[in-house]
Amino acid sequence: MNQAIATTEAVPAAERAAGTKTGQRSGLPLKAIGSYAVLVLLAAFFMFPLLFMFVGSLKPSDIVLVDGSSWRAFIPFGASLANFGEAAARADVGHLFINSLLITLSTVALGLVVNSLFGYALARFRFVGRGVVVAVVIALVIIPLEAYAIPLFYMMAQLQWLDTYYVQILPFIANPFYIYLFYTFFLSLPKELEEQSQLDGANPLVTFWRIMVPLARPAYATVAILSFLYSWGQLLWPVLVTRGPDVRPLPLGIAEFQTLPPIQWGDIMAFATVMTLPLLVVFLIFQNAFVQGVARSGLKG
Amino acid sequence: MAAVTATPPRKARHNWSDQLAAAGFLLPGTILLVAFLVVPFALAIGYSFTNLRLISPLPAHFVGWLNYQRALADPLVRQAFGNNVLFVVVVVPVQTVFALWLAILVNQKIRGIRIFRTIFFAPVVTVMAAAATIWKLLYAPDSGLINGFMRAITLGHFHPDWLHDPHFALPAIMLMSIWQGVGFQMIIILAGLQDIPRELYEAASVDGASGWSQFVNITLPQLRNTLIFVGTITTILAFRLFDQVFVLTQGGPVGSTETLMTRVITTGFGQQRIGASAAIAVLFFVVVLVLSLIQRIFIREQGEIV
Repeated sequence: MNQAIATTEAVPAAERAAGTKTGQRSGLPLKAIGSYAVLVLLAAFFMFPLLFMFVGSLKPSDIVLVDGSSWRAFIPFGASLANFGEAAARADVGHLFINSLLITLSTVALGLVVNSLFGYALARFRFVGRGVVVAVVIALVIIPLEAYAIPLFYMMAQLQWLDTYYVQILPFIANPFYIYLFYTFFLSLPKELEEQSQLDGANPLVTFWRIMVPLARPAYATVAILSFLYSWGQLLWPVLVTRGPDVRPLPLGIAEFQTLPPIQWGDIMAFATVMTLPLLVVFLIFQNAFVQGVARSGLKG
Repeated sequence: MAAVTATPPRKARHNWSDQLAAAGFLLPGTILLVAFLVVPFALAIGYSFTNLRLISPLPAHFVGWLNYQRALADPLVRQAFGNNVLFVVVVVPVQTVFALWLAILVNQKIRGIRIFRTIFFAPVVTVMAAAATIWKLLYAPDSGLINGFMRAITLGHFHPDWLHDPHFALPAIMLMSIWQGVGFQMIIILAGLQDIPRELYEAASVDGASGWSQFVNITLPQLRNTLIFVGTITTILAFRLFDQVFVLTQGGPVGSTETLMTRVITTGFGQQRIGASAAIAVLFFVVVLVLSLIQRIFIREQGEIV
């Protein structure tokens, strides 16, 4: 704890002046110890299910159950990677993983292009009916998928699009909320740079690509992260539009697998780890982008 | 004067090449939004007045408000709506206050605070279906960790069968939902906290205001819009509740975890009654619409509100 106090003291004067009241109070040792005690307890609350999952994925299934109700749940007795092999064989996790990756990456990539073009046009071009289009996009933001999922599913069934990859990609490319985020971001950028490019005779697409896209990286990161999390986690839509395991994504895969007899909790924990770990690793690497992305999703009118 | 001279060039930009470029930029998004959002949503309203079924030898016909009358009279739909409301009444205040507390904690300038912020946010990055699966084992009556803990602190007196007891199934889903979702709200509130001008706190300190009085008189009023936003999206998410229920309880036991969304899916997909399901979905949308409008009324214009 002494170390913590030492660093607080060592913070440059400017930063300290900017510190809030709570920051300054951490100079008292008792306060600091109290703060850390609370933080550690909260960390335990948020971490224990994930730790339980990682440890469980390494243990034989019967041990997972036997150890489940005590501290032993967090110690990897008899650790091996056997569960991962079994989950891969029994639930075809590798195949589901590739399905999820394909669906999610296509949705995110195409969504970034379509939504940023749309948002840019709203922010920059003076066309007839622009105000109406902006109002319509803002109104569409409040319609959740759940309100029209069944009619959309009915449409897809009529078109015989069920059990395909594209039925899981096409409906989620254009998104009014992401359009709105791009729109407000492009509005906040100064126009001078593009005007110079236009005077040089570049067409709008070239101007957009060369000048605006690099400037709008934070907006692209925000939308990429939000749409990745949403797409990777989707369960309701795959429940409706996939029948067999061929094009099924991971969330529906685990929802089915955890009820598939014989129920082997070690295998189930290995499955859960496979779909969670990559995201956690990506999150740890791009932490600041995630946090800023989420924070920006709250900046709405 | 400068403003007046700035106007003509803008008008001049109102030209054909701009119209054409706009059309090109808007085209892909427009086609997709119309095909996969506007049309199905319009169909939801249209179908809700018909007896359309997924597969039927007879053509669908107009049935007026029948689907709505049935939905509103259906005990399961009423129970589902009640569960959604109960979920909102408990989870929205608890999760918002919890998120506010977490945001204030991780806003402290102390060593290692970023590690805690990361840990509190980590469940948000997990997939709900996977997280719910883990919690299913945590909630197991005998071999689950939660009852292991409950037995230890109540000396063996309290160990319900969480997911199979009608009194505890919804609270169990509430707890895991808060665990998974609160980090998201924490980050939004944290951004709001960091936007509060520091001078306000400095001035209050000079005046000798206590920490609590600063919280009540500066932090809360400054966070007003953020908290309304967080409260509203949490409420809307609560009405969309589906994934956790699908994995953990499938609406049971005895309907104690049915939600509007499980009714929409069971009716439209399980029973293939597209029209009846659309009516419940439209009722669900009306709730979301009202909540969104209330939010817009209560959120004041961004600007100085002290």
